[in-house]
Amino acid sequence: METAEKQYTFKDFASDQEVRWCPGCDDYVILRAMQKALPELGVRKEDVVFISGIGCSSRFPYYMDTYGMHSIHGRAPAIASGVKLANPDLSVWVITGDGDAMAIGGNHFIHLLRRNLDINIVLFNNEIYGLTKGQFSPTSTVGQRTKSSPYGNIQPPFLPGELAIGAQARFFARVGGNTPKEMTEVFVEAAKFKGTSLVEVLQNCPIFNNGAFAKYTDKAVRADKQLFVEHGKPMIFGKERNKGLVLNGLKLEVVTIGENGITEEDLLVHDAQMQDPTLHQMLVRSEYPLVTGIIRGFPDITFEERAADKTEKVKRDSNFHKTDDLFFSGETYEVD
Amino acid sequence: MTTVKTKQSEQALEAVVVRFAGDSGDGMQLTGTQFSDTSAMFGNDVATFPNYPAEIRAPQGSLYGVSGFQVHIGSVEISTPGDNVDLLVAMNPAGLKTNLHAVKAGHGIIVDTDAFTHKNLEKAQYSSNPLEDGSLDGYQVIEVSMTSLTKEALKDVEGLDNKSITRSKNMFALGMVYWMYHRSREHTIDFFKKKFKGKPALIEANTKVLNAGFYFAETLELIPNSYTVAPAKMPSGKYRIIMGNTATAWGFLAAAEKSGLELFLGSYPITPASDILHELAKHKHFGVKSLQAEDEIAGIGSAIGASFAGDLAITTTSGPGLALKSEALGLAMMLELPLVVVDVQRGGPSTGLPTKTEQSDLLQAMYGRNGESPVIVIAASTPANCFNFAYEACKLTLEHMTPVILLTDGYIANGSAPWKIKSVSEMPDIKHRIIREAKNTWHPYERDKDTLARDWAVPGTAGLEHRVGGLEKDKLSGQVSYVPENHEHMTQVRAEKIKKVQNYIPDLEVKFAEEGELLVVGWGGTYGTLYAAVKELASSGVSGVGLAHFNYINPLPKNTEEVLRRFKKIVVCELNNGQFVSILRMNFNGISFEQFNKVQGLPFGNAELIKRFKELLG
Repeated sequence: METAEKQYTFKDFASDQEVRWCPGCDDYVILRAMQKALPELGVRKEDVVFISGIGCSSRFPYYMDTYGMHSIHGRAPAIASGVKLANPDLSVWVITGDGDAMAIGGNHFIHLLRRNLDINIVLFNNEIYGLTKGQFSPTSTVGQRTKSSPYGNIQPPFLPGELAIGAQARFFARVGGNTPKEMTEVFVEAAKFKGTSLVEVLQNCPIFNNGAFAKYTDKAVRADKQLFVEHGKPMIFGKERNKGLVLNGLKLEVVTIGENGITEEDLLVHDAQMQDPTLHQMLVRSEYPLVTGIIRGFPDITFEERAADKTEKVKRDSNFHKTDDLFFSGETYEVD
Repeated sequence: MTTVKTKQSEQALEAVVVRFAGDSGDGMQLTGTQFSDTSAMFGNDVATFPNYPAEIRAPQGSLYGVSGFQVHIGSVEISTPGDNVDLLVAMNPAGLKTNLHAVKAGHGIIVDTDAFTHKNLEKAQYSSNPLEDGSLDGYQVIEVSMTSLTKEALKDVEGLDNKSITRSKNMFALGMVYWMYHRSREHTIDFFKKKFKGKPALIEANTKVLNAGFYFAETLELIPNSYTVAPAKMPSGKYRIIMGNTATAWGFLAAAEKSGLELFLGSYPITPASDILHELAKHKHFGVKSLQAEDEIAGIGSAIGASFAGDLAITTTSGPGLALKSEALGLAMMLELPLVVVDVQRGGPSTGLPTKTEQSDLLQAMYGRNGESPVIVIAASTPANCFNFAYEACKLTLEHMTPVILLTDGYIANGSAPWKIKSVSEMPDIKHRIIREAKNTWHPYERDKDTLARDWAVPGTAGLEHRVGGLEKDKLSGQVSYVPENHEHMTQVRAEKIKKVQNYIPDLEVKFAEEGELLVVGWGGTYGTLYAAVKELASSGVSGVGLAHFNYINPLPKNTEEVLRRFKKIVVCELNNGQFVSILRMNFNGISFEQFNKVQGLPFGNAELIKRFKELLG
């Protein structure tokens, strides 16, 4: 990827289109965080491609002054894979929602993660279908009342991170939809990561599922309910910065520094780069605290690198340089 | 067995049809391929027809597990694998039972008597042994204990297990057939050397068995005749035998090289299209990128992405796969990006008859998408011209910036024929519409005035950043537009763009008669069978019967109506229930069309075509 000569600002990435999400939607926060993250990456604007599926989130590419495609429901990971394989020098982003990625597009979503192309996925999780006006989604909670579950949802939800890591995701991060600074940081790290990165944004839908994440994301409770993990740092949270996580057998346990002789040294130190995802899965599943930040970032060979290696080797060993070499090779015969 | 050499007569023939039939594990496809390749190298014109079950190794001896391979060779032009066979090689009772009907009366049948056991006869549902009950009295039956003779031939070869020994009995049969038709064994022996490289025992064994069969036939007085089929008169040049699917893959390779673009294939395995994926996956040395995707939708999805980013993008499939791709194909049409979709048609509907041929996806290709969603539809008509039409599909999609569906079918995709090799330098130029520099007043949906094609601005090009999508677009900027007049305008422009392709495709040709009594109309893979039938009528002195075969279906050639009106009667022949004829009826009011339809998973037979044509001629 070539480096931009120009120092961009967020304005360079805003298209001339009027943004049409509902007032108060976290999508605005995500858009701005992305427009701020891209200048930090130093990539050329013309090398950036956003591919989206269908849903509220998927209108995103129209608002970015880069290359973009608003495609069809669930298929953005497949289309983005083609873009990346055609031109590995591009910075390719998939913009998707919980329905788009995990219901209709579940298959493409898991296979992109498995293959590990260097593509960044931003998953706007609002635990509801917004654009179709309020049906439950694959991340809606059991009991959630929606237009299509008037007596309460009976389908157990996916946890996006759990599904992703199960599909061999090398990079998974989670951020609240109302924390733009953290979000920008995570977008920058996701983009820098070589391989498929998945950033789940807990995105509040003010119309159909208002307050779905409030118990974790409200300013008043955020510090006490969320643990923002950072690689190499102890897992501390709480307003007083006195709570932490330890491993007790096969369970995570919340402890308080200063109680029962616990000191900061006793806390788990976050290792995002471990290949073994066991602890990462436990962090994904933890409800108290809700873990945000880059939970997993295990560096691995990418699909493009494997493909390039193969192609290079075949090219080196082959006598076929032009198609004529192939067409006229082997069992041919002359007719006079 | 007698060792006394008797004088056997030698007879010259214009053409011969041989069919090999046996269990799906008996190597009939390989045996047939060897016979056709050897004959082609000798200089015959050839056509082949593999006919095999969907099961990989169906239960031995069963009727439904029979695998057949038919070869038609000639010193004259050969355009079909032939209806009836001059020689049937039946490796077991089931192979005999399912293929006997095709053998010409009085003609030859070679059987492996060792396979005619009580058990195998029972599996083939014979109540008595046909070799003993007189039911084969009308044929020249050549009974050979092939399995025992093969074992005998190999008794001194070391390092062979029992299975390898019995499996090579197909080469005994091939050796006999080679002797009967004066064929050289050289090509097949070279083939063993390559196929079994590093396994000298297998090379030795197969060569020995092939020779044993050859010498056995030579010394056996049971075979009264041997035959010669002289080389055919074909345009001079360098040839090779090519299968339709390989020719399709190579057409794409040639188009990529000519256009200067990289080739991207996104595909999901499906019978009978998978061979195109297999072939293109081999050619990384040309920089081909092939992605075996997680499903049909990801196959086309990745191809759309690659096309957006500037590759020559292809996706390959068969009927059910085209159904899965239809939404994404609509997107490609809406985006106005180049994309080639190959549908190697098979028997439908649903899973249908995966290994059998049919032409029943035509209306799906034409209309199988939501909304007003026209695309270019073309069809190859012979194994060899799959090359030309794959190339043509690329040329059209790149120059007109709209998806192209290329229809082939199981019959031409798996069939093989001589191909006069085309150098890329002989192929027409392809001018893609990629723009590399920003122009001041450029708009993503500006169009060329002649073709109505838009420019192809690919990511990585500074100053041309733009967004596309499946929502209706403003006619110039490509931004989302719900303006009613704009939607109608765009709908019409997309249709007009396809119509304009008429100016870039050749006129419809008529063969045998320019005007007259009956026009035989076909499209796609039925060309060879229709050609042979009309030719036979013409050479038997029936005049006024013409053949118009379509390769371009959407749009139709400009002169279509004019051609149709030159004949008193028109019969549209299709391997479906009447799909192309419905398109013709819709387009050409006041012309009456007769039909000949066959939906049996099989190609047309010569006799049935001629019978129908004669009925229509009255």
